[in-house]
Amino acid sequence: MSLRITLVTAARILRQLLNDRRTVALILAVPALILALISAIMDGSPQMFDRVGLILLAVFPFTIMFLLTSITMQRERAAGTLERLMTTPTAKLDLIGGYAIAFGLCAAVQTGVAATVAYLWLGLDTVGSAWLVALIAIVTSVFGMALGLLVSAFAATEFQAVQFMPVLIVPQIFLCGLIWPREEMAGWLQGVSDALPLTYSVEALQEVQTATEVTAAMLRDLGIIAGAAVVATVLGAATLRRRTG
Amino acid sequence: MPPDSPTVSVEHLVVERGHRTVLLDVSTSIPAGAVTGLLGPSGSGKTTLMRSIVGTQKVKSGTVTVLGEPAGSKPLRRRVAYVTQDASIYPDLSVKSNVSYFAALCGRSKEDAMAAIDAVGMHDHANQLAGNLSGGQKTRTSLACALVCEPEVLVLDEPTVGLDPVIREELWNHFHDLAAAGKTVLVSSHVMDEADRCDRLLLLREGRFIADDTPGDLRASTGTDNLESAFLHLIRELEKAG
Repeated sequence: MSLRITLVTAARILRQLLNDRRTVALILAVPALILALISAIMDGSPQMFDRVGLILLAVFPFTIMFLLTSITMQRERAAGTLERLMTTPTAKLDLIGGYAIAFGLCAAVQTGVAATVAYLWLGLDTVGSAWLVALIAIVTSVFGMALGLLVSAFAATEFQAVQFMPVLIVPQIFLCGLIWPREEMAGWLQGVSDALPLTYSVEALQEVQTATEVTAAMLRDLGIIAGAAVVATVLGAATLRRRTG
Repeated sequence: MPPDSPTVSVEHLVVERGHRTVLLDVSTSIPAGAVTGLLGPSGSGKTTLMRSIVGTQKVKSGTVTVLGEPAGSKPLRRRVAYVTQDASIYPDLSVKSNVSYFAALCGRSKEDAMAAIDAVGMHDHANQLAGNLSGGQKTRTSLACALVCEPEVLVLDEPTVGLDPVIREELWNHFHDLAAAGKTVLVSSHVMDEADRCDRLLLLREGRFIADDTPGDLRASTGTDNLESAFLHLIRELEKAG
């Protein structure tokens, strides 16, 4: 593994993204606009927006980094550039590291814009620091990136890559406590929810909602998401084969 | 390594793809300082052999050794470059960004990238997005991405398909310059009129070599005056022998 190659790869992925101005505009503007819409819908209940808006700050970058990575990596496999990279000094970890850095940065900027709008204009209020919210959102987005990487191995086309979103992402969003409190779900659904990593992002965010300091539960939750990201990355790395049939 | 020992040596290579055996016990060696042509119809196993040499092909049995190392092993990844049949470049990057990226992967500079872009005649298109280029321009960009690393072994899968005759001529001259500088160049083609440009020919048909000779000797031994007829002659001889 080489830090230089990892950074060169991250720069290449970012350059690809920046060449697509419309995608950049959508990545930056859409989450903030949707947050504004949600805040308008929940105008009569600011406490409700504090809960939902906060969770969405992590759900957006998670979902979008999943989509960006799964499609970019699917293209890389289909266009033969992956095979070509495998004949260069690029190690698998350089490539994955490059993706993590590029899309991690992208998620950071996206979260930055969305959080600024939410805190300054939409009246989002948390007891804990907005920086912690951003940290949780970025770690969650790296998990989304890792899932996207993994999924790209099973998608023969870009269409298929997109279709994996309802399979892997939507259940996590529905069960994480965003649309319905977890405590009120049936026992078996709570069990499923416990097994889904996004649940722990939401739990960590809810900690920031109520505690001024970093709590032990918050750290444990962050550890779980980071661990899930590592597991998904290792599985994804296993699908990057230097030799194919 | 002594100058005469082969750069690439393939021994009893067997490759299966799906349920089909694509290469059946193939052996050959490819020397440095020459342009070796790998000729044969589509589906004869040319790409599979090239992928085995660069180490991206799963092989069933046999060995492929490049520059004294097993094909595809880590030390070879700076010394061997592979240009696939379909240009493997990023359509959403400019020609310059594409070549600069592959240059950076092997520790070369932006100036080296520009020199490689000049060498393939893409200077005037350096800032264009690769996705907007014509097929031939994409191929040349892909070639520049390989040349920029100044590899000792260059494996090119049908690099001149669909190119303008003038550019084709320039590229073949470039391949011969590289060979003259001691590099190993392996070029595949399915068109026989390109075979005459090679120093040595390997004719592949249905996963087996049916000839390994210089173009001149091949014509002489088959009593034909062009390589297309020579190839046909060889196939008929083999069919007669059953």
